[in-house]
Amino acid sequence: MARIATLPGRLAALGVLLTVVLGGALSAHAEDARDFDALVAGLNAKSFKSKIKAVDAVAASGHERAADVLAVFLGGKLFARRSDGRIFMTERSGGVYLLTDAVTGADAGQAPGKKLRKVRVNNRVRVAIRTALGGLTLLSPDPAKRSAAADAVFKSPNAGFLPTLEAAIARETVEKIKIKLIMTRAAVQLKTGKTDGIKLTAIGTLSDLATPASRALLAGVVQAEGGNAISEAAAGALAGIERKLAFWNAVGNIFQGLSLGSVLLLAAVGLAITFGVMGVINMAHGELVMLGAYTTFVIQEIFRTHFPDLFDWSIIVALPCAFAVSGAFGIAIERGIIRHLYGRPLETLLATWGLSLVLQQLVRSVFGPTNREVGSPSWMSGSMEIAGGFVLTFNRAWIILFSLLVLAALIVVFKKTAFGLQMRAVTQNRAMAGSMGIRTGWVDAMTFGLGAGIAGVAGVALSQIDNVSPNLGQAYIIDSFMVVVFGGVGNLWGTLVGAFTLGIVNKFLEPFAGAVLAKILVLVVIILFIQKRPRGLFALKGRAVEN
Amino acid sequence: MKKNLLSLAAAGAFAVSTAFSGAANAADTIKVGVLHSLSGTMAISETTLKDTMLMLVDDLNRKGGLLGKKVEAVVVDPASNWPLFAEKMRELLSVHKVDVVFGNWTSVSRKSVLPVVEELNGLLFYPVQYEGEESSRNVFYTGAAPNQQAIPAVKYLMSEDGGEAKRWVLLGTDYVYPRTTNKILRAFLTSKGVAEKDIMENYTPFGHSDWQTIVAEVKKFASAGKKTAVVSTINGDANVPFYKELGNQGIKAEDIPVVAFSVGEEELAGLDTTPLVGHLAAWNYFMSVEDKNNEAFIKKWHAFIKDEKRVTNDPMEAHYIGFNMWVQAVKQAGTTQVDAVRQAMYGQKFPNLTGGVAVMNTNHHLSKPVLIGEIQPDGQFDTVWQTDGVVKGDAWSDFIPESAKLTADWTFPWVCGNCTEPKFKTLIN
Repeated sequence: MARIATLPGRLAALGVLLTVVLGGALSAHAEDARDFDALVAGLNAKSFKSKIKAVDAVAASGHERAADVLAVFLGGKLFARRSDGRIFMTERSGGVYLLTDAVTGADAGQAPGKKLRKVRVNNRVRVAIRTALGGLTLLSPDPAKRSAAADAVFKSPNAGFLPTLEAAIARETVEKIKIKLIMTRAAVQLKTGKTDGIKLTAIGTLSDLATPASRALLAGVVQAEGGNAISEAAAGALAGIERKLAFWNAVGNIFQGLSLGSVLLLAAVGLAITFGVMGVINMAHGELVMLGAYTTFVIQEIFRTHFPDLFDWSIIVALPCAFAVSGAFGIAIERGIIRHLYGRPLETLLATWGLSLVLQQLVRSVFGPTNREVGSPSWMSGSMEIAGGFVLTFNRAWIILFSLLVLAALIVVFKKTAFGLQMRAVTQNRAMAGSMGIRTGWVDAMTFGLGAGIAGVAGVALSQIDNVSPNLGQAYIIDSFMVVVFGGVGNLWGTLVGAFTLGIVNKFLEPFAGAVLAKILVLVVIILFIQKRPRGLFALKGRAVEN
Repeated sequence: MKKNLLSLAAAGAFAVSTAFSGAANAADTIKVGVLHSLSGTMAISETTLKDTMLMLVDDLNRKGGLLGKKVEAVVVDPASNWPLFAEKMRELLSVHKVDVVFGNWTSVSRKSVLPVVEELNGLLFYPVQYEGEESSRNVFYTGAAPNQQAIPAVKYLMSEDGGEAKRWVLLGTDYVYPRTTNKILRAFLTSKGVAEKDIMENYTPFGHSDWQTIVAEVKKFASAGKKTAVVSTINGDANVPFYKELGNQGIKAEDIPVVAFSVGEEELAGLDTTPLVGHLAAWNYFMSVEDKNNEAFIKKWHAFIKDEKRVTNDPMEAHYIGFNMWVQAVKQAGTTQVDAVRQAMYGQKFPNLTGGVAVMNTNHHLSKPVLIGEIQPDGQFDTVWQTDGVVKGDAWSDFIPESAKLTADWTFPWVCGNCTEPKFKTLIN
């Protein structure tokens, strides 16, 4: 990997050269390999303070390998040989490390971990490396690197970067990065500008940038300057930024509320069928969710050992498997226990609660008591910064989408298929449906299986954001019942509206009341609401309700 | 998986067999009670400690036992159920008549067994870092007190190397340990000149999984122009979604470092740690420390558990030190009788796995080194700072006015866990 990066390294060195020449400092030609050798060895100094000095020296050396060495150092892959202290860039391969000489870039064979000692790095050194690398990669041909470089320099503004920044702005072609670079230049000018004029112009430029970083920078200026024209201008700009940030904060709250709502919806929608449509109080519903999550784990293990390249698809494969596993368990539960208890809600409640304990212990015995790691596919990891500090995390966004898809699929099954028709017929009037030739027992089992299968699918989604442990289900059972009762028993739309309402209300309360109190408040509100409307938001009307 | 099942079954069979054969051979075996949850929420952490104890006992028997007798572990399962801990402790002490108990993880379970172990004059070794503000005659605390973990960690973050943090977020799970620790930390921060508005405190329930709002709040709090650090006393598996959310929202340790007191190698084992590199933890032990004792311990653990991938952690070291000190004390006293052993415990020394020597003090707390480590991509910690020597555990924090006055010392003339003056003051004057 080291050799591939030499081109940007060379270009970056050019950038430093420019800096150095413009700055009128020492000539870059003065450096030779032996000096660079000493500088790199300095990275392995004992104290972090000396390390930082060495980082700055390596960056300023203008050596073509400087950027490479620093990037590897940042990644924690720089090692020193125990015998002589020589520094190597390493790549782990099986039980050994493949070595590349840090100074020369030559292949240096391999060595076992025992012969090497990691060149230590801590957060403070990382900040120094990132800043130095930022200076070196502002002119990189890779747009992502230029963007990261601008961010790094923004956070540690330093007058030394100004010439490189000017050069970078002049040749930047990507509009978005150009704006970033201009903002970064303003940050440097604000921090290090000689005259008030420069600083005031910089504040003017920065006032258009509503991000947590610009807020931090301006707030720092307000605190440091205290009372003069610059501080007043900064405070003015800060107020504008805060307003924009507040707006994006609200957007963020709504997104988080939708996300929580989608989780509630997924957990509750299976219950909306078994409890809402069939009227079965199934306390083992959470465990069916848990089984879905464990199915995901098993599928992922198979992918990890047999098809590691296709890992990103494992979760797609897990969906039908989880549906089948939980569905099969659901049908077995219905046939084995619940059908003997129809019309006896208290016994059903106790029996299924006992069953939930059995299922938990079963999973604990098979998979062990410790949490199991379920990985996220690459398309579900990471996030995108939209604006003003609002970050759209991909896993949450996918889960919102997924929950809506599940609900839509379910509504289609209910309204458009023969099975859906039979299901509704049996729940509305069992005797009449039976006399029309519908096998009511079979429909009961299938309906329960469908609800259970949906719970399993929910488990796949929840495995992405929660711990896969035998206790996974317990966390969701209360919430699920809450959503179904609040939304209106027997109504899928009610479940949708109920889940999202509770999610958003919870998330708007949380910043003020805290997570614990917010949840209590939501519960209190629901209790009061149920007093007023015992049948929930969307009550079913008609004869079916009466019995 | 299978292994786990087998070991569980073995442990169960072991417990049952000892229960039946208990009275018959009481004279020729020494019994060590193991009181760790093997089911329920805490099983995740505590099962490992049960295995550690079985390994230590096994090892001692290989070396010829203790006082010429065989040592026998009596394992019971309090099932993460706090009141059940007290019942099981009573069972261990009065039915199985164990000579010593090694156990507990959460503070609430320790508080639950405390009256029982004091009433029956038992001996408990408690291996987990905790909030302090306690010293019982019948308990030896081999985990860290706040001054051996929380205070040094915060001092490090205030230092130049740690990034000179000026603004603090205290995140915790809503129960006694985080609340007490944060009370101590708040007092400490205030004493260092940190303003009230620069401290944010937030509590979440056990097993909290939706961290979006809290992480967003932290981000907002951190963008006020001052370097911000997060001190986390989040406990149990809520940590996994918390760190995932940090990674997803792109919070780097360089910008907002998070130092945790309940996250060790075991907790990181089920997690992709690449986005977490640089976040910190403060402990008295890291698996990554290069020391020949540590190397031998890890080797022994892997051989015992028959899995090369299993990690070691701080509470395991605490049990290792505690058990070995107890063995030394029993040898010295020539008996397992609790009062004699307790007297022999004071001043007992044993090498740490991270170098140096741990000493048992008369306040029933250890003197141990404090290490601060940064999370690495492989799920291990890299030590970035450590104390020069050992730090003496302080039962009563100096930063809470009402407890600063209290002294714990179980030797003459004090003989007391929470006194303002010696019990036998008149005798010394």
